[in-house]
Amino acid sequence: MRRFLVAVSILAFAASAASADAISDRQALMKERGKIVGTLAKMTKGELPFEAAEVKNALQALQANAERFDADALFPAGTETGGETTVSPKVWEDMTGFKAAEDKYLANVKAANAAPADDLDTLKTQLGTVGGDCAACHKAFRIKKG
Amino acid sequence: MRAWRKRSAAAALVVVVAGAAGGWLLTAPEKLDAQTLAQLGPGDAVKGERIFHAAGCSSCHARPKAEGEAKLELVGGLELKTPFGTFVAPNISQDAEDGIGAWSAEDLANAMMKGVSPSGEHLYPAFPYASYARMHPSDIGDLYAFLKTIPPVKGKAAANDLRFPFNIRRGIGLWKRLYLGSEPVVALPEDTPELVLAGRYLVEGPGHCGECHTPRNFAGAVDKAQWLAGAPAAEGTGIVPNITSGEGGIADWSAQDIAYYLESGFTPDFDSVGGAMADVQANMAQLTSADREAIAAYLKTVPPHPNGYPARQKPAG
Repeated sequence: MRRFLVAVSILAFAASAASADAISDRQALMKERGKIVGTLAKMTKGELPFEAAEVKNALQALQANAERFDADALFPAGTETGGETTVSPKVWEDMTGFKAAEDKYLANVKAANAAPADDLDTLKTQLGTVGGDCAACHKAFRIKKG
Repeated sequence: MRAWRKRSAAAALVVVVAGAAGGWLLTAPEKLDAQTLAQLGPGDAVKGERIFHAAGCSSCHARPKAEGEAKLELVGGLELKTPFGTFVAPNISQDAEDGIGAWSAEDLANAMMKGVSPSGEHLYPAFPYASYARMHPSDIGDLYAFLKTIPPVKGKAAANDLRFPFNIRRGIGLWKRLYLGSEPVVALPEDTPELVLAGRYLVEGPGHCGECHTPRNFAGAVDKAQWLAGAPAAEGTGIVPNITSGEGGIADWSAQDIAYYLESGFTPDFDSVGGAMADVQANMAQLTSADREAIAAYLKTVPPHPNGYPARQKPAG
């Protein structure tokens, strides 16, 4: 009996550790994504000069980041709450829609990466499309917390 | 003794009748005066499109989850679940039966600035006329002209589902006596720059930012002492952020940061807009950069307040 209890508590601990990992993993991925977007956005915002080479690098990094997004691994059942998560329960209520939103984002990042902007106006358009995907997903699947 | 009882009963009756009559008068729906209606003007649909986006009409009245061009199908149906019950945004397309196609410009102005329907009934302040009451009548005239250019859509939205006593429309008359007025929220000195004044108009009037970004009192009215301090989200969980420069707010956002956020949806640390603000930002992106700069200039001017919502509960352990 005691051994059973020990086993159960180890399993429970492992599961909660895994949940905590998933939450911090997805937050790290999103933070990295924001940082890469920042390089591009600063150019459209006028804080940095337009640099075609920088744009190319950033778009490559953005695609690599997007390809690492695995909804099943990052949003396992049991991670609806906990940590500093701002996830909406809608992720699990509509996992298909959630994955579709991420796929759309990935497709648009890939399209931009296939033809990186070589002038500021094109970059604005590309970032507008990608940023629209950020907003669409955060509109449905994130809840702002205090 | 008997006579006394009779007299007091009569007195009580007088009080009740007078109270009811007084209450009836106090709660009576009031429309705009002729002088205000005369300012509606002929209406310019091009200018009205700007007002349509500034006022965020499609955020509530488009079919829920509509994107792009479909946002102009103003069929209604969005549910707003609040402590008072569920409000359902109605059809405001040009359909004469299901929408507002039969309304005159005066009808639209009375609805937006006085919260009164063409038939003379009170509208619920879930429709943000407490903000729209601060608009220039000529902007309503322009909006009316723009709405006329949008195609009609058939379909009646469901009725509101409200708890007693909030389901009694007449009671809104009292609410209006307390909370409806056209004066600005933030008093600004005479030498205030034009840009800030223009921003005040957009934020406090058509933009109705305070409706979500300010906490509400027991009567569901915006608490002007905590103007734009952020609030618990009216529906469900989560919060609407503090957009003053108080603690927890956006003091570290420059005016340019605010304008860029409204244009692009990116915060200064390049997180993105989300929640209900995503639609608002999409509307703000349709405005001119001068309008967005005006909003930013005003937000940098409003009195700072600490967060208008409780701090997040930290998980135990």
